[in-house]
Amino acid sequence: MTLKIVVLAKQVPDTRNVGKDAMTPEGTVNRAALPAIFNPDDLNALEQALRLKEENPGSTVEVLTMGPPRAGEIIRQGLYRGADGGYLLTDRLFAGADTLATSYALATAIRKIGKVDIVIGGRQAIDGDTAQVGPQVAQKLGLNQVTYAEKILKVEGGKATIERHIDGGIETVEAPLPLVITVNGSAAPCRPENAKLVMKYKYAKCPSEQVEGDPRAALYEERPYLNLTQWSVADVNGDPDQCGLAGSPTKVKTVQNIVFQAKESKTLSSSDADIESLVKELLSEKLIG
Amino acid sequence: MANYYTDHPEIAFHLDHPLMHRIVELKERNFADKEKYADAPVDYEDCIENYKRLLEILGDIAANIIAPNSEDVDLEGPHLENGRMKYASKTVENMDALRKAGLCGVSLARRYGGLNLPNLVFSMCSELVSAADASLQNIWSLQSCADTLYEFGDEDQRMRFLPRICAGETMSMDLTEPDAGSDLQRVMLKATWSEKDGCWLLNGVKRFITNGDSDIHLVLARSEEGSKDGRGLSMFIYDKRQGGVNVRHIEHKLGIHGSPTCELTYKNAKAELCGERRLGLIKAVMALMNAARLGIGAQSSGLSQEAYNEAVRYASERAQFGKTIEHFPGVYDMLSRMKAKLDAGRTLLYHTAAHVDIYKCLEDIQRERPLTAEERQEMKKYTRLADAFTPICKGMTSEYANQNAYDGISVHGGSGFIMEYKCQRLLRDARIFSIYEGTTQLQVVAAVRYITNGTYSAIIREMLEDAVAPQYEGLKARVAKMADLYDESVEYVKAAGNQEMQDFLARRLYDMTGEIIMSLLLLRDASKAPELFGKSAEVYTRMAEENVAGKSAYVLAFKAEDLPSFRAVTPEE
Repeated sequence: MTLKIVVLAKQVPDTRNVGKDAMTPEGTVNRAALPAIFNPDDLNALEQALRLKEENPGSTVEVLTMGPPRAGEIIRQGLYRGADGGYLLTDRLFAGADTLATSYALATAIRKIGKVDIVIGGRQAIDGDTAQVGPQVAQKLGLNQVTYAEKILKVEGGKATIERHIDGGIETVEAPLPLVITVNGSAAPCRPENAKLVMKYKYAKCPSEQVEGDPRAALYEERPYLNLTQWSVADVNGDPDQCGLAGSPTKVKTVQNIVFQAKESKTLSSSDADIESLVKELLSEKLIG
Repeated sequence: MANYYTDHPEIAFHLDHPLMHRIVELKERNFADKEKYADAPVDYEDCIENYKRLLEILGDIAANIIAPNSEDVDLEGPHLENGRMKYASKTVENMDALRKAGLCGVSLARRYGGLNLPNLVFSMCSELVSAADASLQNIWSLQSCADTLYEFGDEDQRMRFLPRICAGETMSMDLTEPDAGSDLQRVMLKATWSEKDGCWLLNGVKRFITNGDSDIHLVLARSEEGSKDGRGLSMFIYDKRQGGVNVRHIEHKLGIHGSPTCELTYKNAKAELCGERRLGLIKAVMALMNAARLGIGAQSSGLSQEAYNEAVRYASERAQFGKTIEHFPGVYDMLSRMKAKLDAGRTLLYHTAAHVDIYKCLEDIQRERPLTAEERQEMKKYTRLADAFTPICKGMTSEYANQNAYDGISVHGGSGFIMEYKCQRLLRDARIFSIYEGTTQLQVVAAVRYITNGTYSAIIREMLEDAVAPQYEGLKARVAKMADLYDESVEYVKAAGNQEMQDFLARRLYDMTGEIIMSLLLLRDASKAPELFGKSAEVYTRMAEENVAGKSAYVLAFKAEDLPSFRAVTPEE
């Protein structure tokens, strides 16, 4: 069957390679010092979507992201890997959103996109680490959801069969479409960018990224696919009171700058069991891997 | 994130080669493809941007997929199963990533699904793959056989085979046989025309075939019954889908373990002629070999870089006598020479590739329309230069890769002899570079005519005319003195009028040629980008001076009467 798939993706600061200037003296993230990247788990989700597209000819994959104009890069990176299109939700009214306001905005945009078979995103973003947005989008749209997905085994007869990782094992579940899926970072890594697609889409921009006097301005007329879709709150018929800071019940009271000190220490023997437990701990803490 | 391309700005520098504008102009036919293909460039800057973006993708894959897989590939190697070759599992993973990145058939025209890359950029790609895993470069870069298929095949064959290469199918060139290695005139694999099947049938054995179980083979076979020499050989296309060729054995090799070197048996394998009969060796294989030699230059360059990186890393971490060993003159002498040879080999590689590009593009344009008189002149000039540069490039860069791999281990000290360190694999992998696609000794044979007919000397004199930045005037004057010693040595050998002596001394003359040309290229590069090449220009020129002095002294003191002391056996009268 042909599927209409929307991938939820977020541009995040690369918190995996944190240098000493990663935090401002006030204790907030110094976004200027950290490169903005495609949220890693969302790349795993994109890969699952692209595989579904390959297995179900005629299917489409579109990337939906919310962020400042430069987040158009997320859509381009999706196109470079094989996505068919994308939507950037950008508007000052979207800014400062917590997970509730974010999921509201995304759900509203998905309604505008129309009949979607699968909404798929990473389990969580590396900046907030809440893992709430996927499930909240599902709730708001009244869709089924499968979280912690590792692999989509098949989509057939209006149902998806999905392998998900749960504590102590793997569970295979079946869920009817339409469906929201969140994917683990341990799922198959995303394919590399494709040279031809990069050459095709490298100048693609959403309107707010375009600048006056761009020497390539004529290209945007000649090649409509270089114009990325950009939506404001009004474009998706959103309620401004439910968007951005206004729609976010989460209030950050204070931010504490934690200084790690090497006070705690553990002594490990060189036994296999100790080494394995250390490796597992480091993996689960995301210190390695 | 590590990226083999962006981490080494010395590579991108060569995208600014003085011939680049002309190459792009010819290759892109004034950007005619932009109307038809969304990925085609619209102008020169766009085209260079495309190259850079592609190299960034490959640099990322090389650093983050291929390099981490390289140790597993080396340990596992390919397997033989029921007459079929199976790649090491991580080789499969690597090839899959390269395929998904659309990096197959990259040199082919867009109408076949390719990216229309010039040799210069293709060589950069090869270098990146090789730096990460030299054995993978063999498999990946054999896609360049498609250029030969394009050149000699008809349009029907192009349309049937080339899109398959772009989709990721692999190729091999089946030349060597048990009794036909360097001397390919002795190829015996038999091609007979079958009226019944309406095609050629191949029967016989091929040995040492890199990636021998590929999807599409170019096969050198004897089509003229009763013939004995190269004029009885033709080139054929064998499609694996036809069946008839089995892998009998996969060689166990010193290095490049991931690259399957196969012995093949042909039993009535259906094949089609590619190009004209009898011209298989004389034309097609020569074209294949020239491309392959450039490929080894790139492979060597990539490995030289990796060996240097490993050595620098180790020297900056290893402390002895209270400081890291990079501070010791004995160590930094080695490191600086490694970098100098790397930069020198690389600039010669891209210089050679640029010359190849100009004449290949013109040759291709000639398939569409007659060339103007000026274009014909240009094609002639660059064909000759490419033919002259190619053997110097292949021989020198491959020897440098070996020297760098050797010094890389020296920098590692005792640890370098331990299998856990990558430098041991680099030494094993590099060893074949100066052997296959024509040994260094055969590169000397290919170059000797340009030594004696003054081609190289003229190139050197012309390069000496070029201005360098003021701070390099002194070095350039020293190169001019080397050039005088070189000319004197060449004239001395010619005047002696003894063929054996000339052949015997040719290696020294060849080395001097390469060293002087690379010194001049490095001075050119350092004048443009002193921050990248200043040190190497300084180091390399001195190294060349040391060598040219020694070699010219050797040559000038040599007499034909001295030969008996060197001969392995006394020749029969």
